[in-house]
Order: sequence, then C-alpha cells, then structure tokens
Amino acid sequence: MTERRLVPLIFERSTPGRRGYRLPELDVPEVPVAELIPEEFLREEAPALPEVSELEVVRHYTQLSRLNHGVDVGFYPLGSCTMKYNPRVHEDVTGMPGFAAIHPYQPEETVQGAMELMYNLGEYLATISGLHATTLQPAAGAHGELTGLLVIKAYHKKRGEDHRREMIIPDSAHGTNPASCAMVGYKVIEVPSDERGGVNVEALRGLVGPNTAGLMLTNPNTLGLFDENICEIAKIVHDAGGLLYYDGANANAIMGIARPGDMGFDVVHFNLHKTFSTPHGGGGPGAGPIVVCKDLAQFLPGPVVKKDGDKYRFVMPENSIGRVGSFYGNFLVYAKAYAYIRSHGPEGLREVSETAVLHANYMMNKLKDIYHLPYDRTCMHEFVLSGSWQKDENGVRTLDIAKRLLDHGYHAPTVYFPMVVDEAIMIEPTETEPKSTLDEFIEVMRQIAEEAKENPELLKTAPHTTPLKRLDEARAARQPVLRWEKPE
Amino acid sequence: MSEQLRFTKEHEWILVKGDVVRIGISDYAQSELGDIVFVDLPSVGDHVEEGEGFAALESVKAVSDVYSPVAGEIAAVNEELEDSPELVNESPMDAGWIVEIKVDGVVQLDDLMNKEEYEAFLKEV
Repeated sequence: MTERRLVPLIFERSTPGRRGYRLPELDVPEVPVAELIPEEFLREEAPALPEVSELEVVRHYTQLSRLNHGVDVGFYPLGSCTMKYNPRVHEDVTGMPGFAAIHPYQPEETVQGAMELMYNLGEYLATISGLHATTLQPAAGAHGELTGLLVIKAYHKKRGEDHRREMIIPDSAHGTNPASCAMVGYKVIEVPSDERGGVNVEALRGLVGPNTAGLMLTNPNTLGLFDENICEIAKIVHDAGGLLYYDGANANAIMGIARPGDMGFDVVHFNLHKTFSTPHGGGGPGAGPIVVCKDLAQFLPGPVVKKDGDKYRFVMPENSIGRVGSFYGNFLVYAKAYAYIRSHGPEGLREVSETAVLHANYMMNKLKDIYHLPYDRTCMHEFVLSGSWQKDENGVRTLDIAKRLLDHGYHAPTVYFPMVVDEAIMIEPTETEPKSTLDEFIEVMRQIAEEAKENPELLKTAPHTTPLKRLDEARAARQPVLRWEKPE
Repeated sequence: MSEQLRFTKEHEWILVKGDVVRIGISDYAQSELGDIVFVDLPSVGDHVEEGEGFAALESVKAVSDVYSPVAGEIAAVNEELEDSPELVNESPMDAGWIVEIKVDGVVQLDDLMNKEEYEAFLKEV
C-alpha cells in the first residue's frame, strides 16, 4: 500500500553510508565486541537505522512540526487539558548545569540544590492543596491517580479493612478514574449527577457503606462547575469510613482561592503539565505529583526528600507502597513547575485562576445564545456547550463543527465528553490568551453556526484548508499501520 | 415457537426464542455511537446479571457498554465482530448481533418495549 506523504518518513530519506558525524581516531587498544558481550546477545545484522546527515534530520523534524498545531502556533481551547502557554524562562532554568548535568547516582551532598528544589516544590504543592505531604514521583495524572489509590488501599489494609474495595465515581468523571480503579482491583460504583451538574447527594447517601474505599471527584468537575455540596459529600464519605480523592485535572480554576484539603479531600494529584505550565505530551515527560493528608503520609512512595536542619536527604516513608517510578521522577519537569510557582508567587497564582475563570465565563456568555448550554450557571475555568441545536435543526454534528474550526487555524475543543452532555463541546480558553483571541474565536463559532444553517455540506466535508482533509478515523482505528516495514 | 422482539431504554434489542435471547443494539444506537472500531465480547459460558454490562463497543467517539436486560449464561457470541466490527453499523438488527444468552428461569418482558413503543420512546429522546 503506497500513499502520498506530505513529509517522507526519515527511513525513506536514508542513504547507505551517509553520516551526521565522524568519530575521532581510536586512541586506545581496540577490543573485539565478541569479547565484551556474550555471543547470544549480539545481533547478526546491523539494525535498519536511517542513515542521514544532521541537516536532513533538522529539515525532517522542522517540516513535520509545520504540519502540527501547538499552543505556540494558535489558540488551543481543549477542555480539561489546560493548554496554556509555557513561558520560555523555564527553558533557561532547566538548562542550568546544576540541574541539567547532574546524575541520579550522585551522592546526596553533591546535589543539595536539586534536592532543595524538590523539597520546596513539594511544600508549595502542599500549601496550594491544603494537605500535608507530597511525592513528586508519578509521571503523569493517571499515574498519580493509580498512586493515590494504592495509598488509599494501603491505609484501609493497615486498619484491617482490606474488604473496602468499592470506589464511587460520578458519571461525569474522566475515563482515567474508573481505569485507575480497575488497575488496583477496585469495583467502580457510579453516582449520577443532579440537575445542576453536581454529585446527586441523595444517591450518594444510598451508595456508601461498609465496603466503600472512597470517592474520586474532580472539583470543578468536567462540566466546569464547582460542586457546592462538597462539604456534605465529604462528610457522607468520611462517615462511611471512606477517603476522598481529588482529581486535580481542573486545578487551574482554584489556585489561591479554594483548597481541596479544606474541602475534606485526603489525596490530591496535580498535573504539572496543565496547571503549572510545563509542556504537554508529544511523548515528552509529564509529572503527576500527589499530596496527602497527615494520616496517609506514611504510605507515600519513596524516596521523598526530608529536610534536617539545612541538609536535605532522601528517605523512604515508614509504610511506603514502594517506588512508582525510576529514580526520582521527571526532575526537569519539577524545575519548570518550580520556576512557574516562584515567578508568579501566591498573588500571581491566584490571578492565574481568576483570569482563567473570567475568560471561560466571558466566552460562555457570548456563545450561549448560539449553542445550547445545558447547565446555565457560573462556570469555573471551562464550560460545556452542546451541538444539539445544530444537530436537530441542520443535521450537522459536533464533529463537523470541530472539523470546521480547524479551517480557521484553531485546535478543536474537547468533543463528545463529558458523556452526560449530548454532542458535547468542552471549551477551556485558559488565562494566557488575550481578549482579542477570545473575541475572534467567538466570532468564528458564530460564523460556523450560520454556515450550519446555510451550507451544512461545508461543515460535513471540513476541514478544507489543512494539509490533510477529513481523515477516515474508523479505518485508522480498525486497520492501524503502526510500523514502517523495510521494502524488500 | 414465535419470536418476540423487544427494546430497552439503553437502546439494546432483544430477540426472544424460547429460553435463549439474542441481543444487539438498535439502529438509533449505532448511529449515535458513530463508526464502531472494536467490539469487546464476553466468553461463552460467562454468567451475566440483569443490568450488567457484558460487552463494550468502541467507536471513534467513545467506548460504550452493552447492558443485559436478563440474567443468564452467554450461550454464543458473534465472532464475526472480532474482524468486522463495522457489521454493528451496517446491519445492527441482523448480522451485527452481539451475543445470545440462555436465560435463568423465565424471560420477563414486562419492562421492555415493543417496536411501536420503542419508536415512540425515540421521539422523546
């Protein structure tokens, strides 16, 4: 199967014998490889690596990057993902030799500065969350969830209540919540939303019991709504002997304003790549630290940094669940989050959240006459529209609206999530966009609603201006091509 | 023995043949889900409770459970769906059937809708 590619694969650029670098003359006696590595571990043929010059590599990845969309290229209102701008000063910080050129096997006394940074970041996150002790080790949000649930499980077990295996999760939750429960062997009990989009408190009362391990909640939730009943919810779960887990995916709405610990939560994870502005994904490292209440600190994964006088050392918590990552986690991500927190300060972080919430409410109110807004109340950092008017009246679906947005140089919002909203369009503008960007996006959304009425075909066949037109997502999922095969 | 077709509020259809019921999803359900790309089937011999999710349909949009309106044992699964999940979209009421369940005890149809009732129900959705 041959298909035209916009940019050839790097393997297809390969020319036998071409090299990026020439190594210097060997100035020590040469030892045959067979004497160093047992024969059964040696490959018989050279690996089929691409043979390219440095310039070709640079051109290849630059060309690929021009086909991509990122927050450095344009607006990226992907709900629940907090695609904020990542300040460039972070790169200066992570380039400092004391951070960039150290090794995890170095003796503690030679890396005191890095350890101080880890200690302080843990303390800052504890202050922001209103909780007690931090581990930075988990590599991403869902990994933080898994770690938090393992800590909760260890807590119940130590108290002789290992039978508590039921975790209650709202029907609006992120899919990672039930997935993390399944990973630790918990049974998921779903609690429905009430008519205001929060947890149905009466239903929750009927679901808790002697087998309740806890409740996982995102607050503000995936509808971008703050659950006003959180104190009552926490009391119901605690009275039943369960613990409360806070999914910090939406923490960009609450910094310096409300603290999960004060709401009654026992465990929190933060996505440093969302709230604290370290880069997202792209296969790169993330970080999902968790912060826990005093009773749970003994179970945290280790090693954690402890401060003795003015010295820092690594220790394993007394009843630690063990390591959840290699070495100390993704250290340079911590350095970026630390730089973000230090450069903003407490007042600045509060302003980040206030601005994020203001931006979301501004857009929501400008758009709610054009698109159906199922839960019409003050939102937090994001809001969820429905494409149901366009579907019923014009036969145009949310997917078509999202694809048409690409023609205007935007990344599409999160669509078809949360599941409690039909044809959901979840928009999170973040605090880093200027008002002019918000106004331009609102105008484009208005224009698309007009097109849905006048020329629905234009939406159904979108995008029209992107390097590739509408992709066959079903075929890509049914018959994925996951690797390159060398032609015979 | 006559066959009876019924529908659930979760948009499954049930074809009753004695003490065995065949289950799939309605045309409305497949159109709402979009292109199905993977069907996670149970194993023959598994026991399912009434109201329990016994299979999962993965579409380009989301993963959705298929719920059993009856308790019983999985008697057969549509293995064609493993390689051709698109049958659920192309022929939801026929070639895209998902499982057959041998019902524990007597089949209760009282809470389920017949075709006319289901069509009326869809108008309200």
